Amino acid sequence: MAPNDTLTLIWAGIIALAIFGYVVMDGFDLGIGILFPWLADKVEGGDDRNTAINTIAPVWDGNETWLVLGGGGLFAAFPLAYAIVMPAVYTPLIAMLMGLIFRGVAFEYRARTTRLWIWDRAFAFGSVLAAFSQGVILGAVLQGVKVKGRAYAGGWFDWLSPFSVLTGVSVVAGYALLGACWLIYRTEGALQERAFALAKVAGVVTLVAVVAVSAATPFLYHDYFSRWFERPGIFLAAPVPIMVGVTALLFIRALRDRRELQPFLLALALFLLSFIGLGISMMPWIIPGQISIYDAATPANSQSFMLVGVAIMLPIIIGYTAYAYWVFRGKVGHDGYH
Amino acid sequence: MVESISALTLARMQFAFTVSFHFIFPAFTIGLASFLMVLEGLWLKTGRDVYHQLFQYWVKIFAITFGMGVVSGIVMAYQFGSNWAVFSDKAGPVIGPLMAYEVLTAFFLEAGFLGVMLFGLDKVGKTLHFAATCMVALGTAISTFWIISVNSWMQTPQGYGVNADGQFFATDWWAVVFNPSMPYRLAHVLLAAYLTTALVVGGAGAWHLLKDRRAGNPPREGTKIMFSMAMWMAAIVAPIQVFVGDEHGLNTLAHQPAKIAAMEGHYRSFPGGPGGGAPLILFGIPDDQQQVMRYKVEIPALGSVILKHDADGALAGLDTFKPQDRPSVEITFWSFRIMVGLGMAMVAMGLWSLVARARGTLHSSHWLHRMALVMGPSGFIAVLAGWTTTEVGRQPYTVYGLLRTVESVSPLAAPAVAASLLAFVIVYFTVFGAGTYFIIKLMGHEPHPGEEGPTRGQGADGITRTAGITPAVQVNPDAVLAE
Repeated sequence: MAPNDTLTLIWAGIIALAIFGYVVMDGFDLGIGILFPWLADKVEGGDDRNTAINTIAPVWDGNETWLVLGGGGLFAAFPLAYAIVMPAVYTPLIAMLMGLIFRGVAFEYRARTTRLWIWDRAFAFGSVLAAFSQGVILGAVLQGVKVKGRAYAGGWFDWLSPFSVLTGVSVVAGYALLGACWLIYRTEGALQERAFALAKVAGVVTLVAVVAVSAATPFLYHDYFSRWFERPGIFLAAPVPIMVGVTALLFIRALRDRRELQPFLLALALFLLSFIGLGISMMPWIIPGQISIYDAATPANSQSFMLVGVAIMLPIIIGYTAYAYWVFRGKVGHDGYH
Repeated sequence: MVESISALTLARMQFAFTVSFHFIFPAFTIGLASFLMVLEGLWLKTGRDVYHQLFQYWVKIFAITFGMGVVSGIVMAYQFGSNWAVFSDKAGPVIGPLMAYEVLTAFFLEAGFLGVMLFGLDKVGKTLHFAATCMVALGTAISTFWIISVNSWMQTPQGYGVNADGQFFATDWWAVVFNPSMPYRLAHVLLAAYLTTALVVGGAGAWHLLKDRRAGNPPREGTKIMFSMAMWMAAIVAPIQVFVGDEHGLNTLAHQPAKIAAMEGHYRSFPGGPGGGAPLILFGIPDDQQQVMRYKVEIPALGSVILKHDADGALAGLDTFKPQDRPSVEITFWSFRIMVGLGMAMVAMGLWSLVARARGTLHSSHWLHRMALVMGPSGFIAVLAGWTTTEVGRQPYTVYGLLRTVESVSPLAAPAVAASLLAFVIVYFTVFGAGTYFIIKLMGHEPHPGEEGPTRGQGADGITRTAGITPAVQVNPDAVLAE
């Protein structure tokens, strides 16, 4: 029943795709929650919060499903890693779930109440908490967890470190950037103006954060360091920061030229590059230095059983998701789609 | 206090709490999705505005319930890893793929088409919109199939082997998915979901019938139709559920005899033969410490008749199992009786509605309406009681007979689990309490001509923002004039 290495590699790819899919899809709608306090509400004579909600209302459920695919896929394909990572990041994980609860229900509730401010705050608070927790979880996994046998062996606050807080803040900033760029793309008028301004601020913070995380990561582990700064890893790794720089310049130009779709795509490109950077640091480890994807892989027949489902279902899912986005395409005003 | 409770106990409490809360929502949305599909189908077929009215009315309630189901479900998906890590490691290779299939075939389908169903009517047209509604309903059913498959495998595992790392792996996926208790459990749960929805719809209908009557108004058409549909559902499904439940019981006896012994309250075995059959204990006070049933009221031989279809059939009691392998009678015995009692009340209400219908008093019999109103939430209670019976009855195992609950838990510190349990309790009661309030508020209005669909981003001024959609309201001018 030895796991098949090729299958394992494919499954690592699928999980990575699911996680990246989640970041791409849910990132911008979490970002709108993070930016909520800076959007005009009714009291200030605007209606920008409603407009922003209208841009994501029909699609957020589908977006969040990618998180379930990421978690469920990890459980199914790498149960050992799931069993070690989840207890290790117990506190931020619970915090993330709480954040998602507040955010998820605020969508529904704010349409049904006159006490709007409660659910607007719940929406913003939930989004920030969920995003920050996801960043902390990422940082905690990157910095490594204590393992003994087949179980987590650390304490319940091991995840907390300056590095994990840094990654937490970075993810909040990155999602805010995606949210602002999404609003540039989907809205017009005063709200779009506000989104341009917010994108500029979020862009700067995100870039600083990317640089800071990139600078800190190689020093967490000698293994990371050697991949980034020694041959042969450097040949693979070197283009990444260069491309980050190019993307950043293009992003600044796109904002200056008042492009509407480009900033969003470039922000996604920035996420993709960071994601590739993470992959370069971590592969083939799931728990750095201790558990590789091959150690954690489920028996081959479980992998192949699921692969059939993925091969058939994923194209269909992408198809109808694209359809749903297409149905609700176009600029959104506070009275709806034009 | 906290120091004296182990992380295991806290993890079990947390799981019981979060899964119970979660289960309430799908129990309602599975049935409601199908109800919406039927309503929209009837609307398209007959062109009658009243069906569209009812669709718009219930789809708003669906949206809130679905939202609560999604967020509480994400908690479940991650809790396996956070609180039950050893279980995740060992059982992951078998049940993980089934749950992955649930995500791939059901969750994406539901979530992907939900937006179209809620906001897409004037964007995609009636036919495609109906297709979206069908996809959402199909998604809820497929989801039930997979999660019940997972749960059933944990109850009656087959088609597995164990590898060198102590992990279960599948030797036969067909056997894993369609394990012995799966078909019974699936039928029982699906019917329970339909019944639960019917009872809520019937309760809401009954409330408005009673209110209209008190105000001296004639009952509205939409209210009459939804009450009538709910009563048909109860009259037909409740008796079928009793039959399926009985079959499920026989299956449990074959595969989990200790659970049956606990449900029946039999601490001691009955040898069978003339006069040796097991009685049916109607009531009693189980004493797990002494392993005796106190103050019991029983009907001789009926237990053997029900379970063995033979008055003299032998029946094993808990004394045939080692003390450490016995589930708690105290919880199982009572939760089972709550479920069965409510089931009988549902059958009675269904029969009553048939009599009233035959007499032409379905919409005027206020005692029937009062019963339907009281029975409104009974589906939820029955579902939770049934779930408690089957889950507590599986103890002390997570995978029946193979992996003990005590061996399944994460290596967590008790304070961490206690703190998160407290957070869950506070957040769930606040958030889902608010959701329940909104649902009850929605049900407090009567379905009316020109009923609007779900809206997002409604402003503080109460002006409806419809996410760009001016709902294709089909106003019946006659009905409006009649108001």
